[in-house]
Amino acid sequence: MTPFTTLTSIVAPLLRDNVDTDTIIPSREMKTTGRTGLADGLFAPWRYQQGRVPHPEFVLNQPRYAGAQILAAGANFGCGSSREHAVWALAEWGFRAIIAESFAPIFRNNCIRNGLLPIALPRDAVATLADEVATIDLSGQTVSANDFVRTFEIETEAKAMLLEGLDVIDLTLKHADVIAAWTARDRQARPWVYLETAA
Amino acid sequence: MFLHERTGAAALKAMAAAGRKVMDPARVFAVMDHIVATRDRANHPTEVPGGEAFITETREAARAAGITLFDVDDPDQGITHVISPELGIVLPGLTLIAPDSHTCTQGAFGAFAWGVGSSEAEHAMVTGALRMQRPKAMRVTFDGALAAGVTAKDMALHLLAAHGAAGGQGFVVEFAGEAVRALDMEGRMTLCNMATEFAAVGAIVAPDAVTRSYLQGRRYAPDPLPAWSDLVTDDGASFDAEIIIDANAIRPMVSWGTSPEHSIAVDDAVPAGPDHAHDYIGLTPGASIAGIPIDAAFLGSCTNARLSDLRAAAAVLRGKHVAPGVTALAVPGSRAVKRAAEAEGLDTVFIDAGFEWRDSGCSLCFYAGGEGFTPGSRVISSTNRNFQGRQGPSIRTHIASPATVAASAIAGVIAAA
Repeated sequence: MTPFTTLTSIVAPLLRDNVDTDTIIPSREMKTTGRTGLADGLFAPWRYQQGRVPHPEFVLNQPRYAGAQILAAGANFGCGSSREHAVWALAEWGFRAIIAESFAPIFRNNCIRNGLLPIALPRDAVATLADEVATIDLSGQTVSANDFVRTFEIETEAKAMLLEGLDVIDLTLKHADVIAAWTARDRQARPWVYLETAA
Repeated sequence: MFLHERTGAAALKAMAAAGRKVMDPARVFAVMDHIVATRDRANHPTEVPGGEAFITETREAARAAGITLFDVDDPDQGITHVISPELGIVLPGLTLIAPDSHTCTQGAFGAFAWGVGSSEAEHAMVTGALRMQRPKAMRVTFDGALAAGVTAKDMALHLLAAHGAAGGQGFVVEFAGEAVRALDMEGRMTLCNMATEFAAVGAIVAPDAVTRSYLQGRRYAPDPLPAWSDLVTDDGASFDAEIIIDANAIRPMVSWGTSPEHSIAVDDAVPAGPDHAHDYIGLTPGASIAGIPIDAAFLGSCTNARLSDLRAAAAVLRGKHVAPGVTALAVPGSRAVKRAAEAEGLDTVFIDAGFEWRDSGCSLCFYAGGEGFTPGSRVISSTNRNFQGRQGPSIRTHIASPATVAASAIAGVIAAA
């Protein structure tokens, strides 16, 4: 995972509430069993008109936002399906951070697992940052544009993972003994939880 | 944990590519449900272009990993959140995940069950654990009894309409109260199923005699069943948030827009809301939702395709026929549901009423590029999401209970039973 330290980019505005993962990438655009080749289907319902002609009004089709790495959105961004393809598509397109009023929980976790920084800020702050060139400093937990500066919350562990681009599975496996000890105790206490073999 | 072919293949593939193994294969189950064909499956396992790869890769990876697989032709095949309870895999007190947002359905058993992404699924398979922040706790209490003809689906839509699609964000929700206790397990599953539409991490119902009675004798359930009597909220416990709803005031509900929070009683008028929702759905504020013509009716999904759902729809359909021009599909949530329904003659009721009677799967709850409704169709659907394009580009979805779906199919317009 690419470490996330600081980022400066124009903020592409998609200031709508409840943007769902079916819109971020519809099921019909999930043509691969892998994690790549998904950017083409990103926001397909809004990005394309009949015949897959780009819709000129959609934010990602406007030249001003070409190369934007920060997306601004409303409340409950990424709601709906757990499909991580939504995050893979956003990342493949080039986004590295999303500033929204709030995020759906599974989507937010998926972002952190893939080096995409989810920043939750009040609605008016998101609106102020939208369309500006903003700088995000993950270490200092700030996002700024011109004289406007806001701090944001992020869990210590998620921050460390993003800053260092850590592989979280390797990180957890360092605690394999603790997990094994807990499981052994739980097997004693609740034997009915555990099946002996797959069948 | 469960995997399905649409998001599980990615997790298994990434795991294999990293040279990692499943820590305990006995704790992982895989099922084909998302893109399996629900007609002529013996000849075409999927109608989705390119869909075969999801099925064959999941099958091969599941076998290589040594995990239990319910394949396309398995007699126990069905939607993940339908077969897990049927087989007694979910139990009170378990932590259960799947790379599928509707995993919260299984919280109905007093398990902590929630949806994750493919990466977290991979993490759990390899390490036997997940990292997470402790969620906040919310209790939603439905006081009193439901009126006749009002169902768990209406409870869920009522909650979403009143408190919004982000109302449960950051919380695990305990559903409590007289109306919840009065639900059978299938109703509790329907209610918990929609917790993800509420942006909740998960939902939970305290296990009781209803839970025990359901699980008794199920294949993977322990015998004898543990007491589970300690899996209840203490008297006087405090929650980070509480919502109290008068169950008796809930009426049959239907969605009018493009988020499940855009829901109203069937006898209400379309309210104000975001323009994009009105534009997409083609309804203006002030219009009556009842009487809006429909083109199709869909009965299926992990929300409402269990035996009690099929019975509720069949009770409305018996001796009647869907309106001319309405396409109607009944898709049982599992093959076991299908067999049970056929054993009591429900298939005949559906077929005589003009419904297609299908094999089990997620089917047209979402459009994956295979079978679809006629473009522009307005669909009354027992599913969970009325998002723009969820059931296909230009398809307009109205989510409702099975009884409302059946009544609307007969009337040819949105109608309560």
